[in-house]
Amino acid sequence: MKMVSAVIKHFRLDNVRKALTDIGVEGMTIIEVKGFGRQKGHMEVYRGVEYEVRFLPKIKIEVAVSDEKLDQVVDVIQEAARTGEIGDGKIFIYNLQDVVRIRTGERGEEAI
Amino acid sequence: MMKRVFSGVPALAGLMVLLVSSSAFAAEASGIDTGDTAWILISAALVMLMTPGLAFFYGGMVRSKNVLGTIMHSFIILCIMSVVWVLWGYTLAFGPDIGGFVGGLKWIGLQGVGQEPAPLAPTVPHLAFMMFQGMFAIITPALITGAFAERMKFSALVVFTVLWATIVYSPVCHWVWGGGWIGAKLGALDFAGGTVVHINSAIAAITAAIIVGKRKGYLQEAIMPHNLPMTILGAALLWFGWFGFNAGSALTSGGLASLAFVTTNTAAAAAAMSWALAEWGHRGKPTAFGAVSGAVAGLVAITPAAGFVSPLSAILIGIGAGIFCYLAVNIRPKIGYDDSLDVLGIHGVGGLWGALATGLFASTAVNSGGADGLFFGNPSLFTAQVLASVATILYSGIATIVILKLVDWTVGLRVKEEEEVEGLDLSQHGETGYNL
Repeated sequence: MKMVSAVIKHFRLDNVRKALTDIGVEGMTIIEVKGFGRQKGHMEVYRGVEYEVRFLPKIKIEVAVSDEKLDQVVDVIQEAARTGEIGDGKIFIYNLQDVVRIRTGERGEEAI
Repeated sequence: MMKRVFSGVPALAGLMVLLVSSSAFAAEASGIDTGDTAWILISAALVMLMTPGLAFFYGGMVRSKNVLGTIMHSFIILCIMSVVWVLWGYTLAFGPDIGGFVGGLKWIGLQGVGQEPAPLAPTVPHLAFMMFQGMFAIITPALITGAFAERMKFSALVVFTVLWATIVYSPVCHWVWGGGWIGAKLGALDFAGGTVVHINSAIAAITAAIIVGKRKGYLQEAIMPHNLPMTILGAALLWFGWFGFNAGSALTSGGLASLAFVTTNTAAAAAAMSWALAEWGHRGKPTAFGAVSGAVAGLVAITPAAGFVSPLSAILIGIGAGIFCYLAVNIRPKIGYDDSLDVLGIHGVGGLWGALATGLFASTAVNSGGADGLFFGNPSLFTAQVLASVATILYSGIATIVILKLVDWTVGLRVKEEEEVEGLDLSQHGETGYNL
């Protein structure tokens, strides 16, 4: 099993969610995050005081998947989140040791 | 306000005596006009709302860890000054004149202040006049708090407020409105508080910003407003309350109040647009924060002029306020002092512009109880406006330095560095604004 963690632009979230449910993904977790990459920050001005905002807001999504579904999920996220501009984000993939469904106690791929 | 008191009202008051004495409702003391009284009481309530409005205006501009501490500054001043004004503030400002400098103690604890006509506003009860004036005494020290936001010790704020109101506000109020030297002898015009409220508080504010010192991390880390919609709500409440502040300062409910109402609204709108346009041209984007700051700057600037100028002059005064105050807040970070919420940039610059603009645009064609300004052939009024402003700046600056040093040596002005980092909400009040 793998944990797919992707940092994406806010406005692509609905696209990504729809694309993932279309291929049968049954759950995901999202969190609002800030960070930086190649995309530069921007200036904000409050009554003449300038602040450089170095960390930009992004959405991080997490999806647990079985090994055989991994490539399909990654492809779908990449396609759905992509705009072609700098700042589209990244996808990280980790090994996932185990999963437990709290209600039933099912473990492993059964619980995904 | 004072001009109406000293020359505009007697004729009106005489007329009211005639009208009321034949009325079936003339149960009150002779001379009291029910329309005027209703308007003054409503205006007092409108001006009261400005101080919580100011609390939101300032509260939104600070970081979230200081939101309650900042709101509490204004709220506790509303409470402190309400009591101080009754006990000794009112009599020091409006009691029998002592050498043109301060009022005597005749009305200490409001003894002798009752339902009879107010000496300076003969168509309303003395109590109503006292309460209306009290609301000005409340908001003036509250305005200062923007200068030392996010680092002032709460106990120091309480002591400072009592001392400053007693030593600075009441005497300056007396000079201008209470029969003191500026209003009665110099002949400067201040319809609703350009010198008494705005220049006075702004000079105290910049003095306090310098003595208390900069916030930790000022201009090094991002110290951004945490809730600008709250600031906009506060500005809207200020604008609403300002109708009582300015139109109420007519102290009657007739044409003069209507004029002040119109000039107030017009100047606020013109200033909001001129600030936003200046910002648009200079930085490329008009901000909401800029538009509401401009509106407040326009309200400040029209305050001394509200009952003396035409609505067209109010547009020019508003445009000037937006531009001058925009320049002032842009210069602030370059000079490096930390007047955190721009009390000097808005109330000082806007107040000074308003005081001088009154000397330029005032017209007896608009209000025969006023005077003509420079643009209407009378340079002496402009000179009087300059002298009144300079006197207020000098007295407020020097007295505030003495008071702040006194408070610093006794209770200490500033929170510990650790408490400043933690935030005033937790360190001074033991609570947080947002628990999510």
